[in-house]
Amino acid sequence: MELNSPANVGPQPIGARAERASAVDHGGTTGLPFPPAIRPEQTLDSAQWGMLAFLVSEVAFFGTLITAYLAYLGQDVSGPTPREALSLPLVLVTTLCLLSSSGTIHLAEGNLHHRRERGFLLAWGATIGLGIAFLLGTAYEWRELIYEHQLTIGRNLFGSTFYTLVGFHGLHVTVGVVMMLAVLGLVLAKQLSVENKRVVQLVSWYWHFVDAVWIVVFAVVYLIGR
Amino acid sequence: MSDFLLLASDPDALQNLSIFDPASPSAEAIRSLSLLVAAIAAFIFLIVEGVLLYSVARFRVAAPAGQSSLPGGEPPQVYGSQAIEIAWTAAPALVVFVLVLVVIRTLWQVNRPNPTPSANDRALYVTVIGHQWWWEYVYESYDGRNLGIVAANELHIPAGSEGAARPVYLTLKSADVCHSFWVPRLAGKTDLIPGHTNELWFQTDKPGLYLGQCAEYCGTQHANMLLRVVVDEPAEFERWLAHEARPAAPPADGDTAASAAQAVFLGQSCIKCHRVRGTPADGTFGPDLTHLMGRKTLAAGMVPNDAERLREWLVDPQRVKPGCLMPAFGLEPRDIDSLVDYLATLH
Amino acid sequence: MTSVELEAAAPTAASHPAPSLVYDLVTTVDHKKIGLMYIVMAVVFLVIGGCEALAMRWQLLFPRYDLIGPDAFNQLFTMHGTTMVFFMGMPILIGIGNYMVPLAIGARDMAFPRLNAFGFWATLLGGLLVYSSYATGGAPAIGWFAYSPLTERTFARSAATDLWALGLIVSGTGTLAGAVNFIATILGMRAPGMNLRKVPFFAWTMLWTSVLILFAIPPLTAALVMLLFDRNLGAHFFDTQNGGSALLWQHMFWFFGHPEVYILVLPAFGMVSEVIPVFSRKVLFGYEFMAAATAAIAFISLGVWAHHMFTVGMSRTADLFFVASSLLVSIPTGIKFFNWLATMYGGRISFKAPMLFAFGFLSMFLIGGLTGIMLAAAPFDFQLSDSYFVIGHFHWVLIGGTLFGTFAGLYYWYPKATGRMFSERLARWHFWLLYIGFFLTFGPMHISGFLGMPRRIYTYDADRGWAFWNQLTTLGAFIQAPSYAIFVYNVVVSLRKGRPAGSDPWDAWTLEWMTSSPPPSYNFEQIPEVRSRRPLWDLKHPDDPDWQYE
Repeated sequence: MELNSPANVGPQPIGARAERASAVDHGGTTGLPFPPAIRPEQTLDSAQWGMLAFLVSEVAFFGTLITAYLAYLGQDVSGPTPREALSLPLVLVTTLCLLSSSGTIHLAEGNLHHRRERGFLLAWGATIGLGIAFLLGTAYEWRELIYEHQLTIGRNLFGSTFYTLVGFHGLHVTVGVVMMLAVLGLVLAKQLSVENKRVVQLVSWYWHFVDAVWIVVFAVVYLIGR
Repeated sequence: MSDFLLLASDPDALQNLSIFDPASPSAEAIRSLSLLVAAIAAFIFLIVEGVLLYSVARFRVAAPAGQSSLPGGEPPQVYGSQAIEIAWTAAPALVVFVLVLVVIRTLWQVNRPNPTPSANDRALYVTVIGHQWWWEYVYESYDGRNLGIVAANELHIPAGSEGAARPVYLTLKSADVCHSFWVPRLAGKTDLIPGHTNELWFQTDKPGLYLGQCAEYCGTQHANMLLRVVVDEPAEFERWLAHEARPAAPPADGDTAASAAQAVFLGQSCIKCHRVRGTPADGTFGPDLTHLMGRKTLAAGMVPNDAERLREWLVDPQRVKPGCLMPAFGLEPRDIDSLVDYLATLH
Repeated sequence: MTSVELEAAAPTAASHPAPSLVYDLVTTVDHKKIGLMYIVMAVVFLVIGGCEALAMRWQLLFPRYDLIGPDAFNQLFTMHGTTMVFFMGMPILIGIGNYMVPLAIGARDMAFPRLNAFGFWATLLGGLLVYSSYATGGAPAIGWFAYSPLTERTFARSAATDLWALGLIVSGTGTLAGAVNFIATILGMRAPGMNLRKVPFFAWTMLWTSVLILFAIPPLTAALVMLLFDRNLGAHFFDTQNGGSALLWQHMFWFFGHPEVYILVLPAFGMVSEVIPVFSRKVLFGYEFMAAATAAIAFISLGVWAHHMFTVGMSRTADLFFVASSLLVSIPTGIKFFNWLATMYGGRISFKAPMLFAFGFLSMFLIGGLTGIMLAAAPFDFQLSDSYFVIGHFHWVLIGGTLFGTFAGLYYWYPKATGRMFSERLARWHFWLLYIGFFLTFGPMHISGFLGMPRRIYTYDADRGWAFWNQLTTLGAFIQAPSYAIFVYNVVVSLRKGRPAGSDPWDAWTLEWMTSSPPPSYNFEQIPEVRSRRPLWDLKHPDDPDWQYE
């Protein structure tokens, strides 16, 4: 091949590259090839890439917890089983809270986009409220599990996997609520301009992700696993 | 036969644990595969390393490169070539394809599920239970006969002969942590995993001693969880089985010394962990001692089984095998004497 | 040829009173200082981990040798593995990446400077936590892959194992922070014109290493959390007496553990891909194919984990899947190899220290790859798994590959980071001692593995016939050891005695060589514009710039 071509100076285009090279404009006053203009790239900014990357790692984290949950499903040597302990009505309500909070945060973003500060604060506040409602529902559910069903993390494999999976999800909801409260506080204190859409956008990405994880957790724990 | 064993227990004689000297069909199959794979690897090695060294020799310049300008300027810049790239993607792909095919063949040869025992199958079935840091063997059946013999650390199996193979089917379990059963000349290793049952299979026509050891890190004395597989002629193996099946012989009537020695043993906490069939000693945490003197070694193959080592062991197991699960009981020298005397009767 | 003025204006320093060095280092968010701190930390842990290795080699010098007891030995190999993977391997690569990636892509810093500092401090804290286990009366003796149920409280009573797990969670968080930062930086902060097809190759490999970290570290974190819950809250994940699974740990660990190998080796690929072209005076051959091969390796590596588990009794079909996927990795790896060779072929190769180490990388990593093919052939692995052959193999990959590549990179960029040249003579000593010592250490391990020697044993019987090979190995280890000392000496002494390097001592082609050495805190006076993969080639050869051909 041309690998061992004679030692002349300068690049040796081979194959299809030769055609492209000849297409380059060699005009101009210097006789040197004229550098093409640089087109700006249309892509996400680094904050968005960072949040996306973080969320991908979260997928791997929850994926592992869910895998463990499924692997241990029905492997218990002693009760209570998910069917005995878990009740659907309450969790349906909390699920509804969380899912609708995805809608309200979307609404908040839209209001921000159209510079409707009041609408933004209302929707944002509603999202926080729904998040807190979800957490309270979970707390109530856990209380019942612990006192009515004696299901603790050390009781059996179901307890170990359930509290770990649902607990880590709850932790993420809590972190989301805290972030939203922080944004709310900053906006109310006029520290954060409503114009600053990026922060709100990133928090809402996170929140949508937490919601999406819940859909999977709900399906695995309360539908498939029960 | 026994000469061979004597020779083998000579500490100066070199043992053979090479994976390239198989004595069983599965180890043999692995060897042929490994030679093929190694040959392919060597071929690739020679080509690539050859091109590398050739490039180094041919294109090396002594001039202090880097400092802006080389005499003669830059060499021709070659950006790439689709044709070449496709060629050297296809070549390794082809090698991979061939490798997968040969692996499939060997894998299906080596990894066979164990059959179930049947009458006159000339097959030995043993359940191997890994313990921190010793091996328990439950002899399930041989030639279709149920056995139910429990032994430890030295696995006796029958040798096959031309046209009459005597396969050994192991069921592998663990009592505590993960271990791995590895006797290189008989078979590749298979793990013993708590809560999970594995199987392993080998057969050999060559009597003798085959060594190996635990190959999965299992704690403090992982290094001294040694495996000894003794392959006996079939008749010899039958005798061994018959002997193992018997409970320990009680002290002869009127042999007061022997009776007293046994009484010392039964009076100590030995019996909480060890079993001697035919006596009240019925522990299962440690190795079965019913035919202790039938074993050539103590402490899972670590030291020769003689009165002196036995005494050292009883005085303080932790000095012989630090970290092992048998504590030093701080017995009187007199009691130690009695114990050694008693254990020496467990042929 | 270089009529273009490349020297950036000297920074107007000393306008502020200099804060104390310690205060500066603790509070800094400058990617270059953080990068250097990563590297220094990694070298310190390299020395610690190396001493642990030497102690083990001394113990294995003679059969039934009585220097180190079983407990101490088992702790040593646990800490050696943990240290080298988590506190030496990843930090040194992340450190070099931290320093070089923003410079190479024409950015002023990493995307999130404070997160960057967090990443470093978390990694260091993790290391300290793991080593603080010695304060509980001894480090954990569980092996670096910590197979359950040996890690359960029943078998590992002391808090050492808890500190180990906690340390890895903390440092893993730091690593994750680093990965997020690299991705945001490389995808979001490239100089104008540097689209993704023009990224310097080292940055490209750091991008894929970071992607792998995103997928690999969280499962490890999750598994470690489960382990801590088992040990401290009475959960039953790996409690085999109550239905827990020993195998699940193995799956989760190796789902992290195998991509980890590629996390450690991709940046080394990147570094030699920078060094080989510059010292062969040729453009990297087949950039697109190299780039695609990197991505392919990253993807495939997520589906090969259970080749570490061929002996656990999976079905033959599962075995076969992992055989095939593992062998597939050799295709993109082969592509890379051939492209490196093609880059050298027809070039004008000068064997300065960076190239010498790149040569070491090429000649040795090949062997590690080929023994990997042997291990991937499942039935062969039934014999080789957990034997000394495996230790030989993965050190051949991690030293022959990662470490030689890393040293190539360190020597290549040392003048940039310090403004000084190192001693070429000492670097040669470093190379040859390491090369020969390395060969002697890990070559015989393959043979002791063939002869049936399992790994992680603190002693062995004389009649096994392993003593000779172990003695060669130990000899090799003690030949290697001074090479590291020479390296450290060279690095430290050249800081003051080295001759000034100038901004572009190797006549190289990527953006980092445009700015002064060491670069000012803002990196570039003016953010450069990029039209090809070799922006400096374009500047130096305005008559025949690269962008005509890309």
